[in-house]
Amino acid sequence: MNVTSLLLVLVSIALLGYFGGYRKARALSSSAKTHSRPQYHGYLVALWALLPALAVLMAWTMSQEAIITRLVMSELPATAQHQSAAERSLFINQFKNLAQAKKSAVDESGVSLPNEEDDPLTNQAANRYLHWQERSQVARTLAVITLAALAIWLTLRRLRASFQARNRVEKIIQFIMMLSASIAILTTVGIVFSVLFEALQFFRHVPITEFLFGTHWNPQTAIRADQVGGSGSFGAIPLFTGTLLISLIALSVAVPLGLFSAIYLAEYASPRVRAIAKPVMEMLAGIPTVVYGFFAALTVAPLIRQTAESLGLSASSESTLAAGLVMGIMIIPFVSSLSDDVISAVPQILRDGSYAMGATKSETIKQVIIPAALPGIVGGVLLAASRAIGETMIVVMAAGLAANLTANPLDSVTTVTTQIVTLLTGDQEFDSPKTLAAFALGLGLFVVTLGLNIISLYVVRKYREQYE
Amino acid sequence: MTLDKTALVVDNNNNSTEVNLTGSASDTADMLDMTIGETVGKALLEDAKLNVRHANVFYGDKQAIHDISLDIGKNEVLAMIGPSGCGKSTFLRCLNRMNDTIPICRVEGSFLLDGEDIYDRRQDPVLLRSRVGMVFQKPNPFPKSIYDNVAYGVRLHGLAKNRAELDEIVEKSLRRAGLFNEVKDDLHKPGTGLSGGQQQRLCIARTIAIDPEVILMDEPTSALDPIATALIEELITELSEKYTIAIVTHSMQQAARVSNRTAYFHMGKLVEVNDTDSVFTTPQHPLTENYITGRFG
Repeated sequence: MNVTSLLLVLVSIALLGYFGGYRKARALSSSAKTHSRPQYHGYLVALWALLPALAVLMAWTMSQEAIITRLVMSELPATAQHQSAAERSLFINQFKNLAQAKKSAVDESGVSLPNEEDDPLTNQAANRYLHWQERSQVARTLAVITLAALAIWLTLRRLRASFQARNRVEKIIQFIMMLSASIAILTTVGIVFSVLFEALQFFRHVPITEFLFGTHWNPQTAIRADQVGGSGSFGAIPLFTGTLLISLIALSVAVPLGLFSAIYLAEYASPRVRAIAKPVMEMLAGIPTVVYGFFAALTVAPLIRQTAESLGLSASSESTLAAGLVMGIMIIPFVSSLSDDVISAVPQILRDGSYAMGATKSETIKQVIIPAALPGIVGGVLLAASRAIGETMIVVMAAGLAANLTANPLDSVTTVTTQIVTLLTGDQEFDSPKTLAAFALGLGLFVVTLGLNIISLYVVRKYREQYE
Repeated sequence: MTLDKTALVVDNNNNSTEVNLTGSASDTADMLDMTIGETVGKALLEDAKLNVRHANVFYGDKQAIHDISLDIGKNEVLAMIGPSGCGKSTFLRCLNRMNDTIPICRVEGSFLLDGEDIYDRRQDPVLLRSRVGMVFQKPNPFPKSIYDNVAYGVRLHGLAKNRAELDEIVEKSLRRAGLFNEVKDDLHKPGTGLSGGQQQRLCIARTIAIDPEVILMDEPTSALDPIATALIEELITELSEKYTIAIVTHSMQQAARVSNRTAYFHMGKLVEVNDTDSVFTTPQHPLTENYITGRFG
């Protein structure tokens, strides 16, 4: 039985368990007052039928492939055992492919393929593989169903009038919630570690000091030993300063515009204007970044260049300013929407207090509302900042690839994310310094955004103590 | 119980009210149906601080205040009592135009402060509110230090020429609010860190720092414990030497303790207003009597 039908069977067993528990509890309640309502007895039986069986099903499905491969390999004659690791994995791939082909042929025509072309050893292995796979499936079905039935029987036997089914169900639900939370956390940890290990590999090729403090970035390395090519230099400073420059430009656009529009929307706009303007502003965040990229590269950049030239300045056609401005527009909603929410959340009684002191509206906003809403506003700005730092598409299209170390916004710079994209596209070997550099950059980016998040948490907490 | 409604129409020369109420406490529904009629008691004063004539207040289509005329005398403490939703807070908020902040609220009638129309088009509500201060039901210190809370209005209106003068005003206001000794070492700690009663006294200090003429208090002690309440009541009595005070309260004992005159509101109408003693000892209107004897409300 495949996984889907097995799952269906399990659900029906759990349903049966629910009704079994429910009826038994109803029967019990006729003679004595039960501790929990009959539904809870039903839920408990169903949960016990479902959860252990699901766990076994998952573990079995995940581990069966490796176990069967091992079994097949150990059954083969000794000649097949003494192979190098590469040959071995090639062989395993071959017989698995063959097994797959045989299986689909059986599925379609009902007859097995004649397989003259195949090497007898591969053929034998494929047959054994199919055999074990079939066995494993049958055993899995049996194990899961037996487990579910056993769990139902055991739980039903324990049901008494005084049985605290509700408390147990709540415990189990609590456990499921905890499990969900830990999956999210574990995934994050997993991602961090995978990036970390690849980055460490990179630092075996390139000293970490060169990466952190080098001011020259040119990741072109020779692909083959006989090729003439640069030895590659991996100084990440131009990338991080480029990122910083673009993000600063973006923030200097987004923070004032976002904050002012939030104040207008929350304090001055009539409900009708607000009802229209707020969703429209939030739509800015919904525009795909690649569209912003077009806009930056095709409209804003030429405009900036023309303006700069008419002022007698020289501007690169892929200017930092264009990318930063457009990115600033993109992140306005992050600032405005969050700030608007926190400003609206400032209690009316604080406003009234200020008005009653003879303060005007603008004085109230400056002196009372903004300070009270500051933690939320700072949170919004930092969220926008991490978004700006991690943004890729706009800078790929508008900021260019030249790793210049410059503070001139009319020059072109490149960013960390752009370089990660360029490093990982193309057909490099996956363990060359060039590709691995992407992971080191990713790690650097992660550290920066993590730092921003920690700062924002700190700021928010500090002001919250003061203002609530 | 049957009620002779004509018996309830009361003339403004008071003391001619004769109503036979034989109902019990369970007849509240009938009570609410009673015709309220004209205000009884002593609504109008000579040489008053605030004169209100024929005030009507609407929230959208709903009328919250029906034709109220009432004077508040100089250095008087006027208590406003009445069941929830009777319009006493709405009336209070008209006196410093706090209702302006509610878009659907419409105010009619004449409101004079020292003979000057509060709702005149040339009247700046901001300046008005610096003359008519307000203390709210829930203590609402600003998210600032204790010092800055008190200095807030002083700075807004430029009442202190220099830092020393500001310090002096802050200290004086805190002393008058009876808070200075408790906070003198913590002036730069956040005002929100104080206890509820201290916060309310901070709000009073903040209000008196700008030296208003009238102080409106909207149930200032309803969120406080009895000890903090006693402190505030004592303070109100002291402040009445200098200011005119109008206080909305749900506690009849409080009204009896702190006020010179008491006004009883019911369903948006002013039922009875008189010297506090006579309202509580010899109420003239049956609704007032029912309310203060705890039969409903």
